[in-house]
Amino acid sequence: MAEIPQMMRAFGTTFLSMFRKVTTEQYPEQKDQFPPQARFHGRHQLNRHPDGLEKCVGCELCAWACPADAIYVEGASNDEERFSPGERYGRVYQINYLRCIGCGLCIEACPTRALTMTNEYELADNSRTKLIYEKDDLLAPLQPGMAQPPHSMIDDFVAQDYYDGKVKAASAEQFAEIEILKQKKAQD
Amino acid sequence: MTLTSDNKATNTQELITATIDGIQMQVPKGTLIIRAAEKMGTFVPRFCDHPSLAPVAACRMCLVEIEGMPKPQPSCAIPLTEGMVVKTQMTSKVAEDAQAGVMEFLLINHPLDCPVCDKGGECPLQNQAMTAGRTESRFEIEKRTFPKPLELSTEILLDRERCVECARCTRFSEEIAGDPFIELLERGAKQQVGIATDEPFNSYFSGNTVQICPVGALTSSAYRFRSRPFDLVSVKTTCEHCAAGCSLRTDYRRETVMRRLAWEDPEVNEDWNCDKGRFAFGYLKTNRLTQPKVRNLDGNQIDALWPDAVDIAAAGLANAQGKVAVLLGGRLTLEDAYAYSKFARVALGTNNIDFRNRDHSEEEQQFLGSAVAGNHNSVTYKELENAQNVILVSFEPEEESPIIFLRLRKAMQKGNLKVTAIAPYLSKGLEKLNAEVVATKPGEEGKVLSGIDIVENSIILIGERAAAIPGLLSVALEVSNKTQSKISWIPRRAGERGALEAGALPALLPGARPVADASARSEVAKVWGVSNSKIPSEPGLDHSQIIKAAINGELKALIIAGLDVLDAPDPKLFSEAINAVDFVITIGVQENSLTRYANVSLPVAPVTEKSGTFINWEGRPRPFGKAIGSTNALTDARVLSMIAESMDLDFGLQIIEDLRMELSELGIWNGSKLEKPQFESKEIVDFKNDNVILSTWHQLLDEGAMQVGEEHLAGTQKSSVAYLSEETAKQNNLTTGDLVTVLNTRGSITLPLEIIEMVNKVIWIPFNSKDSKVKQSLGAKEGDIMLIEKGKV
Ligand code: SF4
Ligand code: SF4
Ligand code: SF4
Ligand code: SF4
Ligand code: FES
Repeated sequence: MAEIPQMMRAFGTTFLSMFRKVTTEQYPEQKDQFPPQARFHGRHQLNRHPDGLEKCVGCELCAWACPADAIYVEGASNDEERFSPGERYGRVYQINYLRCIGCGLCIEACPTRALTMTNEYELADNSRTKLIYEKDDLLAPLQPGMAQPPHSMIDDFVAQDYYDGKVKAASAEQFAEIEILKQKKAQD
Repeated sequence: MTLTSDNKATNTQELITATIDGIQMQVPKGTLIIRAAEKMGTFVPRFCDHPSLAPVAACRMCLVEIEGMPKPQPSCAIPLTEGMVVKTQMTSKVAEDAQAGVMEFLLINHPLDCPVCDKGGECPLQNQAMTAGRTESRFEIEKRTFPKPLELSTEILLDRERCVECARCTRFSEEIAGDPFIELLERGAKQQVGIATDEPFNSYFSGNTVQICPVGALTSSAYRFRSRPFDLVSVKTTCEHCAAGCSLRTDYRRETVMRRLAWEDPEVNEDWNCDKGRFAFGYLKTNRLTQPKVRNLDGNQIDALWPDAVDIAAAGLANAQGKVAVLLGGRLTLEDAYAYSKFARVALGTNNIDFRNRDHSEEEQQFLGSAVAGNHNSVTYKELENAQNVILVSFEPEEESPIIFLRLRKAMQKGNLKVTAIAPYLSKGLEKLNAEVVATKPGEEGKVLSGIDIVENSIILIGERAAAIPGLLSVALEVSNKTQSKISWIPRRAGERGALEAGALPALLPGARPVADASARSEVAKVWGVSNSKIPSEPGLDHSQIIKAAINGELKALIIAGLDVLDAPDPKLFSEAINAVDFVITIGVQENSLTRYANVSLPVAPVTEKSGTFINWEGRPRPFGKAIGSTNALTDARVLSMIAESMDLDFGLQIIEDLRMELSELGIWNGSKLEKPQFESKEIVDFKNDNVILSTWHQLLDEGAMQVGEEHLAGTQKSSVAYLSEETAKQNNLTTGDLVTVLNTRGSITLPLEIIEMVNKVIWIPFNSKDSKVKQSLGAKEGDIMLIEKGKV
């Protein structure tokens, strides 16, 4: 019978906690009320210059740095169509979220700040292939003032001007250029 | 500690004693400090130093402290002397600071664009900036910039800002290749590599400069931005493009070959290779056959499963009842050629097999069987390097075997080699060898060869083109005997020597055994596990006899492997032959005009997807391993083994080890050889004024089947021109720049004319260039008489 007081104390704890404030977060119903920390390592994003050109130069340094071998990049030349300032861009860019451990070493390795991480943490799906994110899935959406590459650099600008932050938004010529390209595609 | 050095400067074995970093050592006199340090395990940083190039001390990166000298000295240019005391960066603060200072200077103008530079990750500048440089630069001035990149040729790009002015590229081009198309221009901070505006860097060896450039200043268009060193898996392979037998490094990423580099092999290609071997691998992905195809009852080719295709092939061969022949190209590996050789005898019961898909003759077969096959006493690269006299007959080294060209040039530059060429004119390549040309009409080489003075112990190099000239090979053997000179046969294609050793000829069995020799036959039969009678005792038909027999309806089936009809001695007759036989099996890597005619077409693996051996012109086996395995492509030998199985034969040879074992079991025969050729030369008959003799050979870069899909490389081809002597041109009212048409009853070729110093009454045109396809347009061979006319006809 010596256990009875002990049992009472235990049930007492249970009973009391019924009146405590609930800390369970209801996911997904209430997810908006509980955003992750600002520095949370979520899905990656490939950023753009203010005129819409991609920042990634396809250098593969992120892939090199990745301890989980989660990144696959193929570079290519901006010869025929321009996707980034300078000579080289990332033609293929994939991150395999089945491998990524969210360590952020890739972000540190990136020489152009092309690669950063968002707060998006919902990285689950029902097939392996869907968890290999392609460049299209990772590219930052176009902001107002950006023109969809491929298009030229701003007239008279060189790649260095982009890195020096001299570019503020896409120029009228750039918009005109992609308009012409669109029409041409429609004709073909 | 005693060092033996293979350094160039050391030709005496006199030893001296010196001290590096407190370690006393004995080295051969003349050993450079940097080499001696290397041997004892100390790596002195360097850029301009290259063991195969003469020292220049251009970059100053290798500074070391030498006792008794006021300032640090470049270790790459100073030989050790008796009692010298040297301190490298390992023990000397002075050396360390000097190196760090040089590095700081080198980086002042360096763009540091490693992320977009192809050299990034395997760059001596990156590495040495880490090991020998300061962590921070004190220079904040604006860097020198150049618009980039500069196209030195369609294949080679130059980013001038990355250049450290080490002059490796310019020295290579001048010293080794003899193509001084690039040079260091300007001085001081403006110094840069450049080309003459009217002359691109079209050297057959330009790719080597990309490999030896210690920074990313020289890159190749084909590889630009394609991968990073850590993506690549490297395999040591052998080049499949010619009989030089270069060792190559094949780098692949995700089962796709990204680039190929020269793999150092002091016995063969040293540190170099040619641009064809380096850049021409696009064919691996162009027009590849992946699925067996068979012709159905309606006459259409349809995809088939392997077992069905193999059964149909076996049934077709069985139907032909011995009226079968096997035609091979010269590009098969030793093992595969051997499999065909065995298959022809064991499964088909015939000696009708020939690997010579080019101009050939019975005389050549005898020459090969008596003086080349199984001959371990043949000439080597080393011997060429040490030779005093080399005579070139029907052979143009730079175009037809570029590594022989480099070796001869090296020997010539050492000052002890004299090259004599029996050729219609002094080509650019021969000029670079300082060769003396005995101007000779095609057809008269034999006469000339037996007429000139030949010093004893010379070396005669005779090209495969000699087969087109009746009597030449007979004379050459005679001359070589008479003058105690070694003779070496230089085939062009990588597989020819191997196919010869494998017995892929109508009168030869593997290991140089004559078919007609009963004991040779029984030796082979024993290894093959068949009865002696299985191997026919009569020599079979050679390539052209097979074609003729097929056209005359004497053959029912043909196996055609690794061969393009466009290379055939006569493409037109070849096509007729194919149409004439009932059953054609083609086995090959690529789809070509032949595969369309096949009753059964079977795909096989290219060199990257199998292991094998090429035998180079020296007779040296060059085995290589498989690079890419995921395609599961089969070797020729495996395919033959499947067909044999379907014919209820125990053929063996499923895997490469079987083949190699059988080959070594057979070994080389030391019994009787084929008879020495004794053929008469043909006199050149007098002919009319507008008639000329055709001279032609393959250029290294042309429209060859294995150079497809490489536009950058194609851009460095030589332009197609015809050559005539001044007198012959005048007789025909022609001047330089005119269009001249060469014609015969078959067709014509029109090219711009260039008048050069050459033998009269001879026209030279490229063998297989864009505008000059001798076989397709003319069906002609060297030595044939042609008509020429002004303008386009
Ligand atoms: S976050 Fe870490 S694991 Fe994920 S891709 Fe980047 S480097 Fe790789
Ligand atoms: S994301 Fe950054 S590190 Fe990765 S390839 Fe692009 S530029 Fe290079
Ligand atoms: S281009 Fe390369 S090899 Fe040539 S001088 Fe410059 S750094 Fe040296
Ligand atoms: S010389 Fe011949 S073997 Fe060497 S790389 Fe060139 S083609 Fe290949
Ligand atoms: S390596 Fe010695 S000066 Fe360049």
